[in-house]
Amino acid sequence: MTATTGPVLVLGAASDMGRAIARRYAEAGRALILAARSPERLEADAADLRLRWNTNVRLAAFDALDTADHGAFLDRLGVLPDTVVCVVGLLGDQGESERDFAAARLVLDSNLTGPASILGEIATRMEARGSGTIIGVSSVAGERGRASNYVYGAAKAGLTAFLSGLRNRLSKAGVSVITVKPGFVRTRMTEGMALPGLLTADPDEVARAVLAAQAKGRDVIYVRPVWRLIMLIIRLLPETVFKRTKL
Amino acid sequence: MKLSGWGRFPRVESRLALARTQDDAVRAVTGGRTLIARGNGRAYGDAAVNPHATVSMLGMGRMLAFDPADGALTCEAGVLLKDILDVFVPRGWFPPVTPGTKMVTVGGMIAADVHGKNHHIAGSFGDHVLSLDLLLADGRVVTCGPDRDPELFAATRGGMGLTGVILRATFRLIPVETGYIRQETLRAENLDVIMAMFEESADWTYSVAWIDCLARGPRMGRSLLFRGEHARVDELPVPVRSAPLDVRLRHARTIPLDFPAFALNHWSVGAFNELYWRMGTPRETLIDYDRFFYPLDSLLEWNRIYGRPGFTQYQCVLPASVSAAGLRALLTAIGSAGNASFLAVLKLFGRQDGVMSFPMEGYTLALDFPASSATFGLLLDLDAIVADHGGRLYLAKDARMGAGLLRRGYPALDGFQALRAARGLDRVFRSVQSERLAI
Ligand SMILES: Cc1cc2nc3c(=O)[nH]c(=O)nc-3n(C[C@H](O)[C@H](O)[C@H](O)COP(=O)(O)OP(=O)(O)OC[C@H]3O[C@@H](n4cnc5c(N)ncnc54)[C@H](O)[C@@H]3O)c2cc1C
Ligand SMILES: NC(=O)c1ccc[n+]([C@@H]2O[C@H](COP(=O)([O-])OP(=O)(O)OC[C@H]3O[C@@H](n4cnc5c(N)ncnc54)[C@H](OP(=O)(O)O)[C@@H]3O)[C@@H](O)[C@H]2O)c1
Repeated sequence: MTATTGPVLVLGAASDMGRAIARRYAEAGRALILAARSPERLEADAADLRLRWNTNVRLAAFDALDTADHGAFLDRLGVLPDTVVCVVGLLGDQGESERDFAAARLVLDSNLTGPASILGEIATRMEARGSGTIIGVSSVAGERGRASNYVYGAAKAGLTAFLSGLRNRLSKAGVSVITVKPGFVRTRMTEGMALPGLLTADPDEVARAVLAAQAKGRDVIYVRPVWRLIMLIIRLLPETVFKRTKL
Repeated sequence: MKLSGWGRFPRVESRLALARTQDDAVRAVTGGRTLIARGNGRAYGDAAVNPHATVSMLGMGRMLAFDPADGALTCEAGVLLKDILDVFVPRGWFPPVTPGTKMVTVGGMIAADVHGKNHHIAGSFGDHVLSLDLLLADGRVVTCGPDRDPELFAATRGGMGLTGVILRATFRLIPVETGYIRQETLRAENLDVIMAMFEESADWTYSVAWIDCLARGPRMGRSLLFRGEHARVDELPVPVRSAPLDVRLRHARTIPLDFPAFALNHWSVGAFNELYWRMGTPRETLIDYDRFFYPLDSLLEWNRIYGRPGFTQYQCVLPASVSAAGLRALLTAIGSAGNASFLAVLKLFGRQDGVMSFPMEGYTLALDFPASSATFGLLLDLDAIVADHGGRLYLAKDARMGAGLLRRGYPALDGFQALRAARGLDRVFRSVQSERLAI
């Protein structure tokens, strides 16, 4: 079915989650292409992966917002990776998004438009080849819009639907699509926020869950299983009740 | 959040920030608050805690370069010793000096200038550091080493983070043929015998003794001496010779709950000591490096066996010429107070130069005590004995000594302070420990 020995492309590799995922793939013996804005920031990470695991690592410049370049970006890589993990995302500031649509648009583009563009292009190429795995990091925030972060939630809802559609389209083409819903994760994005311990994962936990999901051929995963239950309840709340909550 | 050291005493409300990159660290240093760097929090007391800003270096855990020609490893300060072992033992390299736990960072090993069971041969960790990058109070990063700004380097070794934030370091690993240690166990009936044995063991690479602090009278100071050498391939049993560097490590277990504090009373420790002493039959064994160097690491969070109040470790060193008398006085005080100490370790250090480095030629004794008022009373008595004999306490273990004892034990302290003041480091780099000790 899916090749699990070829190179892994990590989009958003400078994030805590991207770094953790790269480490686990390196440990598993996979070659890596780390893609990020200003990839020279990742020289030290690349050296670390090479030293620890004798991994073949390359860096590539990638901007999710530069959708016009996405095809050329893939051409420049020279190889079509076997596995692509997209962790690109932007939490943004909900208040600012309400005051200034440009801010809202940046959140929508960073979480949805940009990833949809690059993953769509990759999907088409993998479909033609007849193999590959696409892993998209979305969010439980996309399951129901909440006052505190609905612009981000809307973008992630769009990404979740996009990934679901890709999976449906590619299921017979030998290409797997995995949707990852991490729940709370201790990263730069959530630094300083008071997160409930039992509901919060470490980046490395996300990484292990990603590799396990690929190995087991899963479609949609919640990193901590308790989130599946929490989101079920949140989705089931009648709108008349939900609209009055403060979540 | 509440931060503490490994002894879980004291616990101080602090602001903790994670440094992932040099830029993060620079931002923290130039943020207008005092701060202290923190490694993996294995110092026992309050050395790696600052309520205003404590900067965790665990985000800077990247290995950067290794030169197999001379064993020089360059890495970020937050790299754990455990990771170095996991990566380099299978390639035939070993740390030049290792403390009794592998859950420490490179930065923490330099800042405490840690010693190992080979101190009499290899010196302290700082003796193997070729250079380091230090972030200063004004946000500048300077490289120093034994031949590059040697004053700053010397002060940073053992300087407990008070000269700046160590960002990266280069140090030499040593080549080994196997991941095993050839260990000899010897039994010593009393203090004179164990001291004679240490002196006879000067050629052994590793030596350390477990000492029964509760034994009295003619048996005072009875000990088990463990000495070891890196095993050569031809010393291994035939079946493992084909994979001499492949030691299968045990899985760590976690102590489930806080032990009730009474679990460690005088009688249970006395019984444990008696049993341990009896089981220490003289013998030669071949054991993997993990069991030899890190017997406690297989019990993750074993610090919780002392219960909620936490505990403290008392580690002193006495000059060689007065070690016998000093140790006798210490053991007498401990034995008659009856405060339980499970882990009592004795070791003979070799010579050591340094500014704030702990080791000096002579005997070092390390003991664990539950944090209680009875303990603190006893420790004051021990302080007086240490001071009278010209000894000193280890800052990496300390949570409670007073500024006077520090001053007497570390004659280079004034020079250290002058350097910090001259370079503007004293305004920024401070810890709960440095405030307590007026450093
Ligand atoms: C079970 C056990 C056994 C031990 N055995 C020994 C032993 O045999 N020999 C020995 O010498 N020690 C021993 N120790 C003590 C331990 O090695 C030291 O306390 C060491 O400093 C801990 O490293 P860390 O990374 O946890 O540092 P922390 O405990 O987090 O910090 C210790 C000190 O280093 C400073 N520091 C840490 N990182 C940096 C940095 N990047 N830049 C500047 N300053 C920094 C901190 O400010 C603090 O002053 C032992 C400790 C334990 C728990
Ligand atoms: N942390 C959580 O609790 C949590 C929970 C659920 C889901 N998530 C999702 O998990 C993913 C990883 O997030 P994180 O927590 O690790 O936070 P993060 O550090 O903020 O990661 C976001 C990453 O996306 C990259 N990125 C943003 N815009 C980009 C663009 N235009 N082009 C290229 N890269 C871009 C960022 O790159 P730069 O480094 O260049 O800024 C950064 O590396 C995100 O998709 C996030 O939404 C996080």
